[in-house]
Amino acid sequence: MTAILTIAGKEFRDGLRNRWVLAIALVLALLAVGIAWFGAAASGGLGFTSLATTLVSLATLAVFLIPLIALLLAYDAVVGEQEAGTLLLLLTYPISRTSLLLGKFLGHGLILGAATTLGFGIAGAVIAVGAEGVVLAELGAGMGLLIASSVLLGWVFIAFAYLISVCVAEKARAAGLALVVWFLFVLVFDLGLLALLVSVERGGDWLPWLLLLNPTECFRLINLAGVEAARSYIGLTAIAEGGAFRPAVLVPILMAWILVPLGLALLRFRHRSA
Amino acid sequence: MTAVIDFQGVTKRHGDLVRLDALDLSVKEGEVLALLGHNGAGKTTIMHLILGLLSPSAGRVSVLGGAPDGPHAETLRRRLGYLPENVSFYEQLSGREVLDYFARLKRVDRRQVEALLERVGLGPAAGRRVKTYSKGMRQRLGLAQALLGEPRLLLLDEPTTGLDPAATRDFYDTVRELRERGCTVLLSSHMLPGVEPYIDRALILGAGRRLALGDMEALRRQASLPMTIRAWGPMRDDDWRQGWEDPRIEARPVNGHEVTLSVPADAKLAVLRRLTALPGVKDIELLPPTLEHLYTHFSAATPAPRGPASGDAR
Repeated sequence: MTAILTIAGKEFRDGLRNRWVLAIALVLALLAVGIAWFGAAASGGLGFTSLATTLVSLATLAVFLIPLIALLLAYDAVVGEQEAGTLLLLLTYPISRTSLLLGKFLGHGLILGAATTLGFGIAGAVIAVGAEGVVLAELGAGMGLLIASSVLLGWVFIAFAYLISVCVAEKARAAGLALVVWFLFVLVFDLGLLALLVSVERGGDWLPWLLLLNPTECFRLINLAGVEAARSYIGLTAIAEGGAFRPAVLVPILMAWILVPLGLALLRFRHRSA
Repeated sequence: MTAVIDFQGVTKRHGDLVRLDALDLSVKEGEVLALLGHNGAGKTTIMHLILGLLSPSAGRVSVLGGAPDGPHAETLRRRLGYLPENVSFYEQLSGREVLDYFARLKRVDRRQVEALLERVGLGPAAGRRVKTYSKGMRQRLGLAQALLGEPRLLLLDEPTTGLDPAATRDFYDTVRELRERGCTVLLSSHMLPGVEPYIDRALILGAGRRLALGDMEALRRQASLPMTIRAWGPMRDDDWRQGWEDPRIEARPVNGHEVTLSVPADAKLAVLRRLTALPGVKDIELLPPTLEHLYTHFSAATPAPRGPASGDAR
């Protein structure tokens, strides 16, 4: 356990040193404030529109950015240390491979958690101060849900990044695979589902369940369910209505999306030769 | 005395490639053993087997009284120091932070960190980030890392690469100090002239096989290479430059007042007697074959590294 904490602490310090935390927080804060401020641009206006619109826009931003950031943060977790030669050294230390990977996950998870909370927190504070007619309690609840679910989504993709990192032998290949994963889950999946939705004429009751096969859709559903007024903006996810698509169900599914790739990465890492 | 490292008929195959071929090796406590060989001769494979990073395909490896790839590994790894070849530490952390990190992972007293930094000469640079370090400083940080927890067994893979002569001497002084405390040291090195005075025995490897093993005396006996005798003096009479009865003795005048003789070990005294009796000779120097000569001799006899197709399995 102390080994896990030691490794996590070192990863987190690394994250502060090479300014990952700062960079992620700044990007998220700037984009979020921008979205909040130019929320009415589509209808020809300027300024803050409504909390619901803003939250839906922020969730859409998070769906694109958070997985990308998580993958970039963690794709070289194992293969990077292997190329530097430190992995070989760490494997001769009295620590298990499981604690090594879990420690790294904890560290990277903390980096992403801190940066996301900071970034969206700043955006929330700016909205609270600058926008008129916002009920603070609603803003707090909405932003809180957004931050919590963003962190979960980020952890899912850190787990994916680890699975990639333990399976390849070169950093460049890991980076390429990470982009492929991002592309598949964030862009291609939506398009495929849309095509399926259009081509299935009758009896497509099973279609909404396909959304659960993609953690980014689970994330979207969690955030939209939290905002009653967002119902009119939800687009594709409108096909998902009913009991199963509540946060109480979706959050455990998102957690499973963390545990499964992380578990596979652990298995692979333990059986891989040095 | 019990053997710290014991290899019995250890073979390591990697697909069709034989990395190590039925190696027998026993290293006693407090011994300094050099592993010498070309790239791919099996030096790193031996270290990885000792570290438990690899398991033998056949044969038995025992390190500090147990198999390093089994449950014994946990206790073994706390008593072992390893410096890998080409390691680059975390660039964003300072030297002190890197060493502190490894000290925590090895669960050793963290007060050692400062003392070790001083010992390898990194004291003044301890607070600087590793990315500002030179190659030699990184190597010294690696050595400090290997020395954490006063290991009983030290494995050093190419430890003196990138070190200047003074730092190399400091390094070998450290090795000598450790040996005096009973620490067993295994080191692989290409820098043969530097390593000779500090080792007890050398293992010369070629294509995964043991070509020779022993201390300098044993290796010299086994190789029976001629030694070199150099004599200086004014050139007045020529008889000590030529006319040696023994046909194995080769005399080669170097310039006007020097001669180099290549002499088999058993003819050494006869040659010396004659040289000292001659009036013209002013000085004599005896040069026994160095580790470098022995290494060249033994590795020249090696077959070329075996490819997957060759089938001379034993």
